[in-house]
Parts: sequence; structure tokens; C-alpha cells
Amino acid sequence: MRFSFIKLKYIFFTFSAIIILAGLVSITMQGFNLGIDFTGGALLDLKFEKPVTVAEVRAVLKDYGLENSTLQLAGTEKVDKAPNVMIRTHFLSEDESKALLAGLADKLGKYDVKRIENVGATISSELARESLIALLLSWLVIIAYVAYRFEYRFGVAGVLALVHDVMIVVGLFSIFQIEMDATFVAALLTIVGYSINDTIVIFDRIRENMRFMKKGETLPDMVDNSIWQTMTRSIYTSLTVMFCVVSMYFLGGETTKTFALALIIGFISGTYSTVFLASPIWLVWKEHDEKKRIEHRMRPA
Amino acid sequence: MKSAELTKFLAVVAIIVLVCGYFITPIALSVKQGLDLQGGTHVVLEAVDTPEAKVDEDAVKRVLKIMEKRINELGLTEPVIQRQGERRIIIELPGVKDPEKAIEIIGKTALMEFQDESGKTYLTGKDLKDARAQIDQSKQSLVALEFTEQGGKIFGELTSKNVGKHIAILLDKQVLTNPVVNEPIMGGKAVITGNKTQEEAERLAILLRSGSLPVKVQVLETRTVGPSLGDDSKEKSKFAFLVSIVVVAAFMLIYYRMSGFVADVSLLLYVVLTLFCMKMLNATLTLPGIAGIILSIGMAVDGNVLIFERFKEEIRAGKTLRGAMDAGFTKAFITIFDSNITTIFAGIILFFLGSGPVRGFAITLILGNVLSMFTAVTVTKFMLRLLMNTKMFKSARAYGA
Repeated sequence: MRFSFIKLKYIFFTFSAIIILAGLVSITMQGFNLGIDFTGGALLDLKFEKPVTVAEVRAVLKDYGLENSTLQLAGTEKVDKAPNVMIRTHFLSEDESKALLAGLADKLGKYDVKRIENVGATISSELARESLIALLLSWLVIIAYVAYRFEYRFGVAGVLALVHDVMIVVGLFSIFQIEMDATFVAALLTIVGYSINDTIVIFDRIRENMRFMKKGETLPDMVDNSIWQTMTRSIYTSLTVMFCVVSMYFLGGETTKTFALALIIGFISGTYSTVFLASPIWLVWKEHDEKKRIEHRMRPA
Repeated sequence: MKSAELTKFLAVVAIIVLVCGYFITPIALSVKQGLDLQGGTHVVLEAVDTPEAKVDEDAVKRVLKIMEKRINELGLTEPVIQRQGERRIIIELPGVKDPEKAIEIIGKTALMEFQDESGKTYLTGKDLKDARAQIDQSKQSLVALEFTEQGGKIFGELTSKNVGKHIAILLDKQVLTNPVVNEPIMGGKAVITGNKTQEEAERLAILLRSGSLPVKVQVLETRTVGPSLGDDSKEKSKFAFLVSIVVVAAFMLIYYRMSGFVADVSLLLYVVLTLFCMKMLNATLTLPGIAGIILSIGMAVDGNVLIFERFKEEIRAGKTLRGAMDAGFTKAFITIFDSNITTIFAGIILFFLGSGPVRGFAITLILGNVLSMFTAVTVTKFMLRLLMNTKMFKSARAYGA
């Protein structure tokens, strides 16, 4: 059962590269399914007392010049009459939304407001910018801290592993066109926090083992040992955390579903990158530097 | 076996379990809930420059004051009016019944003007002392105005000069009413008729009483969560939370036996402490915040997993029970510290750059990491020492090795 992570590293690197590449292709070809938090616009989630059809709702929307809105009845798309309706349209001015809400009640009967969100272009463009800043900033801070506590190679290797995790999540969200909202950003930063937390546990073991390297033990052996020594912990912790996010996904509220899904993908990727990528990346770099140093020393003056 | 030591251990466990069990529900309920849980409306406003009025510090401060007045008139419990950055104002209206009307009141400039037929303005909202909605004898809704002393004088002059002519009352450049003056009005009082409903008259009165905004404000964002969705989210997250904590606790118990039991007691304390700190910090519990707590349950036991795995290694290396446990704690602590600090960094960045619900998540993430370091290390260690002193379980197996 016990195999060498280091010997197989290029298989893992290739595997990750393929998924990331697929994600990148999807991002350039079809982009993202961005929610109104990013694009601006309005979302009305209403529950009518009597079931309504898409055609009925669209007829009312037409009175206000909103017939191009996206409509969705609750549950599956097969239902043709349902009380729950989700309307997505452009940003509505106060007068527009007031008129529309009154018109819907007039023509289709009473309804209960589950959620109404109306996001202007200023706010939505800020969110995209600030999210990017937050992500990049978190990477810089982590590199700085790990470089300070360990060494810069650990810092960069750790951050490469979590850039990998972010790429995987973002890529899969593009491939499957899952809608991204403001909580998606929070999910990404949590993934960053979790992934580095995980990675540092192994780095910490490598740092400790490096001090007590046995005679004849090579650097790759030592890294392999470190990964195996922390394996039970890696498995147990990802199990407990995974259980929590999965229960959040299946049992939690509707509005946190995408959030939980992003976390599930991110944590799987985070555990994978911790075990299979971070330490090998560090090792490749370290050995490369060592080799250069030795060559430098060997060169006749 | 030492019975005195056993009593000590059992007493500590009993106190933690009873105190936490007793307080968990009241504390959880007393933490301030976000709009996504209790229902309500969130509005973001921005003061914007117009050719007539440029935005400055003073103008924004006045807008804040006026917003406070307007919102207090709505009679909501615990509304929040907060300035954000240079020109923005965030307004949170928990449990608001009619969000559309509230937004309407918030967004209006409410500049009232009295004009003669030539379109010259004589009086504005500044000349008003009071405005009240009333119903007259013929069941008509109207707004009764009372001018300031100075305003009353000007109004008297205006009406004297314009007998038989129209005087228009405008709100935000739109004519509300355009009556003919029958006789000079000297008492400093006037009425605005022509309101369709009593509600409308009341809204107008609120706007006039609280004064007009010195600059134009624009509604950038509104978010409303209905009470039914809020309740639904709350119930579902509560259930997800319970399932998570039960399964994680069972997992720890099965894999680490007595050590797992002690870790579970710490986990309970951890959850109650997190809620308690949120209450003390007056933080808001949002839906992503609950997600953060659920997530942190998984992460909180990580500290204990690290310690117990270390303990197993030390036992395998031939150390005594006590020695292995001490070494486990000491060696694992550096790892726990370094790994948690980086997560806390991510949380802090999220806190400063995120808004609303995301902030609520950042708070639980940061608190979770800080507190779990305390419970997983200090509290667990304390209880495990007590347990080992009882000499009840002599084999390392009982402690998960």
C-alpha cells in the first residue's frame, strides 16, 4: 500500500494540469455563470398563493417592458404550474420595482416575498475587483508568513498548491456553469485558509524531520516519510470537515447551497494538493537549488 | 484507581456539559441575527453630485441625520444606519413589513417648494416647523403644515399678494397640489390636499418633518429577505449543525476512545464559547456565519486529531502514557499554531474586504480558529491530565493508541 509520492509526482502534476487546463478552456470558451452580485440586476423570488404558469408571469412582465427576463418555476423545469417563481432581470429603479410588484399582485393574486435582490452596476463591479484584491492579498500574506516561519520555498510551494485549488474550483464552476454569487468569494477565501492550514501540517513535519535526518536518508525519502507520518491526520481531518460541508450542502438552507458546493470541491482539491502536490513542488525546487549550489561550488575558481 | 481524582474529573466534565447544555440555546438565541435569518431589508445609498449641490463631508453627515429621523418614524425595532466610506450609507431594516414603501421614503430627496404662478420659489421645507397627516370632515386625507415664525410671515405675504391666483406646492420638482388662494393666510399654517390615501399622506408628512436631503442620494442596492425564507434557512442550518456535531463527536469517540470523549466535551465548550464571544462582540450571526460555525466544528477537532496522532507516535516510540501525552501536546502545538494563524489571516482579509453576510462568516471563521486553539489544547490537556491521574485506564489503547 505504501508508495512513494515523490516518484509518482509527475503523474499527479499531469493530472492536476489536465483539470486546470479543461477549466481554462471552459473559462475562455463559455466564461462564468455570474449571479447578479457580479453583473448587477434584480432577482425576485416570490411565492404566490395560487400556482402560476410561466406564460402568465411573462404576460405581466411584458406590461412593464420586462418580457426578456429569465423565469424559473420552483423545483424542476418540468412543472408548468407552481407557486414559486424566480424572476431575473436588469436593475430596477424604485418606481419600476414598485410598479412591477403591484402589477404582479393585481393580476396574479397575493404572494409572499421570499427574496428580492436589486444590485446596481457600481456595487457589482466593485465586488469583482475587491474579490480579486482579497484573493491576491491573502496569497501574499501567506507567502510572507510561511517564509518568515519556515523558508520562502515553503511559502511559494504552499501558495502554488492553493492557487491550484482556486483554479480547480473556478474551472469546475465554469465547466458546469454553476452560478457564482458574493458568497462564492467567501468560499474561495475559506478554501485558501483551509488548504494552507492543511499544507502547513506537512511542511511542519518536513521541517522537523529535516533536523533529525538519519544517515543515508535522502531528501525524497524524508519528504515521503513526512507525508506518510501525517497521513492519518490528513484523512481524519478531511473526513470530519468534509462531513460538515456535505451536511451543509444537503441539509442547510437554499441560499448556502452554492457556497457549500464550492467548499466541497475546494476541500477535496485542498486535501489532494496538500498530499500530492505541495511537498513534491517544494522538493523539486529545493533539489534544483541544491544542485545549482553544488555545481557552483564544484566549478574551478 | 484513585477515587478522589476520579471525582475531580467527573466533576469537571459534569460542570462543562451541564453549563453548556443549559446555556447553549439561550445564548444562541440572544446573538443578534442578520437580515438573512430574521427577514428584513438592506439598502445601500450613495450621495451623488448634481449641478446644484456637490457632496461634501457636511452634506453626508446631514443625510445620515435625516435618514435616522425618517427611519425612526417607521417604528422598527433595531434599525441600523451606518456610514460606509466617504459617500455611502448602509441601512438595515429588520422585520420591515413593506420594504418597497420604506425604500421609497429612504430614497426621496423630499425638497418641498412653494411657488407662485411665475414659478418663483418663496418657501422651502426649511421653513417648516411641523407636518402631520390628518383626515378632514369630508374624509379627505391631508397633510397639515406648520411654518416657522419666519416662514409664516413669508407665507402670509405670499398669500396676500396672490389672492385669486394659484400657488403650487412641489415635492422634488413635481407638483403635489396647485390650489387657488381665496384669502391671505396669516396664522402660519397650511394644508396639502390631494393625497390618494391616508398612508400616502403619512409618508409625505414623515418626509417633510425629517427635512429634505442636502444632496441627491442614489439607491445602489436593495436586498429583501422575507420572514418565511429567513425562518426556513434558520431551521435547516440548525439541523445541519446538529447532524454535523453529532457525527463528528461520534467519530472522535470511536477513533480516540477516552481521548475522543474528552475532545468532545471540549468541542461542546468550544461551540458555546464561540456563541458567547459573538454576543460579547455584538457580532451579527448570518447564514454564512452559521455555515462558518458548522465548518469550524470539523476544523476544531483537527487540533485534537493532530495531538492524538502525535500521542500515538510517541507511544509507539516507547514513551509512557503520561510522557507520550505531554509530548503529543508540546509537539503538536507548534503545528496547530502555524496552521491556524494562516487561516486567521485569510479570515481577517475577508472581514475587511467583505460586506454584510460575508463579514458574519469571517467573524465566525476567525473566532473559531482562535477559540478552538484554546479548547483543543488547553482544555483538553487539563481534562486528560485529570483523567490520567485517576489511573482508571492504564493501557494506551483506551486513549486511542
